[in-house]
Amino acid sequence: MYTEKVMDHFMHPRNVGEIDNPDGVGQVGNPVCGDIMKMSLRIKDDRIEDIKFKTFGCGAAIATSSMVTELVKGKTVAEALALNNRMVAEALGGLPCKKMHCSNLAADALHAAIADYKEKQVQASR
Amino acid sequence: MRNVYLDHAATTAVHPKVLESMLPYLQDKLGNPSSIYSSGREAKAAVETARAQVAALINAQPDEIIFTSGGTEADNLALTGVATALSQQGRHIITSRIEHHAVLHTAEELERKGFQVTYLPVDPDGLINPDLLEQALTPETIMVSIIFANNEIGTIEPIDRLAKIAKKHGVIFHTDAVQAVGNIPIDVEELNIDLLSLSGHKIYGPKGIGALYVRRGMNIKPLMQGGSQERKLRPGTENVPGIVGLGKAAELARIELPARSAHLTELRDYLIDGVLSSIAHVRLNGHRTLRLPGNANFSFEFIEGESLLLSLDMAGIAASSGSACTSGSLDPSHVLMAIGLSHEVAHGSLRLTLGRENNKEDVDYVLSVLPDIVGRLRAMSPLTPAKEA
Repeated sequence: MYTEKVMDHFMHPRNVGEIDNPDGVGQVGNPVCGDIMKMSLRIKDDRIEDIKFKTFGCGAAIATSSMVTELVKGKTVAEALALNNRMVAEALGGLPCKKMHCSNLAADALHAAIADYKEKQVQASR
Repeated sequence: MRNVYLDHAATTAVHPKVLESMLPYLQDKLGNPSSIYSSGREAKAAVETARAQVAALINAQPDEIIFTSGGTEADNLALTGVATALSQQGRHIITSRIEHHAVLHTAEELERKGFQVTYLPVDPDGLINPDLLEQALTPETIMVSIIFANNEIGTIEPIDRLAKIAKKHGVIFHTDAVQAVGNIPIDVEELNIDLLSLSGHKIYGPKGIGALYVRRGMNIKPLMQGGSQERKLRPGTENVPGIVGLGKAAELARIELPARSAHLTELRDYLIDGVLSSIAHVRLNGHRTLRLPGNANFSFEFIEGESLLLSLDMAGIAASSGSACTSGSLDPSHVLMAIGLSHEVAHGSLRLTLGRENNKEDVDYVLSVLPDIVGRLRAMSPLTPAKEA
C-alpha cells in the first residue's frame, strides 16, 4: 500500500529529534486522530539551517515528516512556506488515498514552526 | 529472516487434512447435492457428514446446522432472521458494545428499520455484567446477542450466565462464537444457546464457509429467497468443497481441542509475561485469564499501531492493531474505546494471535525484536517523556 520511498523514509527517517533552543517550533494534529507532528527549526540569514521532527502516527505520518525535513533543509523561509502537503505526498511517490487527509500534515507542522519563528522575530524587534 | 504469522484471529492456514478432504469435491465429485444421480447423492452425503461433524463440535443436532458463506452471513441471518420473524412479538434487541461489526452493523441496520437496540457496556477487562442484561430486558425484548469471546481483546464472556437469564425471560439467545469455536469447549445444550455463528477459516478450514446453529423449533426467516437448500433458510447450491472442509476442520478441532488449547495457552502466557517484563509503559488489553488461548493484545504508550505493524512486517512478523489507520476509519477500535482506553492508548494497540503452527521459538523471536521496534518508534514520538526517549 505504500511506495518504496515512503517505506524508506519510514524505516530510515531523516532528521529525527528536537533542536535545542530552536528559532521556531510547530506542532499539528491531535491524539484523537492518531497523528501528532512536531517540527523544530534553526534559521540563519533567512535560511533553514537545521530542522528536526518528532512524530506520533502511522507510516505515512512519519514518512511525510521525514520528507519535509529533507525538502526544506537549506532552503529559504519563503521557499519553505511555498511547500504544501500535496507536494510532500508527490515527493514520496504518492500516498494511499485515505492517508492524504489524516496523515499528510507535515507541511502544516513546518508552516506552524515558521509562524512561531516569525512571531518570535516580531517580539524581539519590539 | 524468520517469518512468524501471529494473526490467527484474522485467518488461519487450511489444515493439510482439511485440504485433502476437499480436493475430490473440487474435481471428480462434481455433483449438485440436489441431483438424483449418484454423484449428486454422493455430494449430498458429504454435506450431511459435514453437518454432523460441525454439530458434534458444539453438541448440537445435525439438523440444527445451517451452512452459510461465513461468520458474517451467520450473524446477519441470526439477527435479521429472528427480528423479521418475531417483529410482531416485540421490537427490542440487546447486544453489547464490543460485538464484531457483523453483529454491530446489523443491529444498527435493524434500528433504522424501527427496532430498538440496547448496547450493553463492558468493564475495563471487557466483561459484560449479567446484572446489566437482567436490567435491560423488557417485555418487548425478542433477542439477546452477545459475542462468545472478543475477536480483538480475547475476553471470554460469561455466556452461561447471560444465556440463562435470556432463557428465564423466554428471550432468544444468539452468540457470535467465531473466535471461540475450536479454541474453547462449547456445548449449546449445557449453555442454553439458541443460535450460534461460526466460521471455517478461523479453525483451519477454508474461507467462504461458515454455519449458523439454529435450535430446533426456532422461528427465523431467511435473508434470501431461492431453492429449498438448508431447510430454506439459506437457498442456493451448497458450497460442497467448503462445507466438506468445514466439516473436517470441525472434526479435527473437536479431537485436538484440549491439546491445541493447552499449547496456545502456554505460548500466550509466555508471550504476555515476556512483553510485560521487557517493555515499559505497556498494558495488556482484555482479561488476564478469562481470554482466548491464543490471544494477546497490548497497548504501547506513545506510539501508533500502524507504524508498529509496518515495523513488525519488516521483521517478518504478521500482526494486527486496533488503531484508526488499520480500522479503516478515523476512530480507533470500538472495542478498545469500550474498555475505557484513551485515544492515544487505543491507537498504540497490537494484537498477536497464536495458532497451532506457532512454537516457543516464534515467541522468542518476537520478544527479541519487539523491544527495539517499540524503542525506535518511541524515540521518534513527541508524546514520549524526555527521560524515556
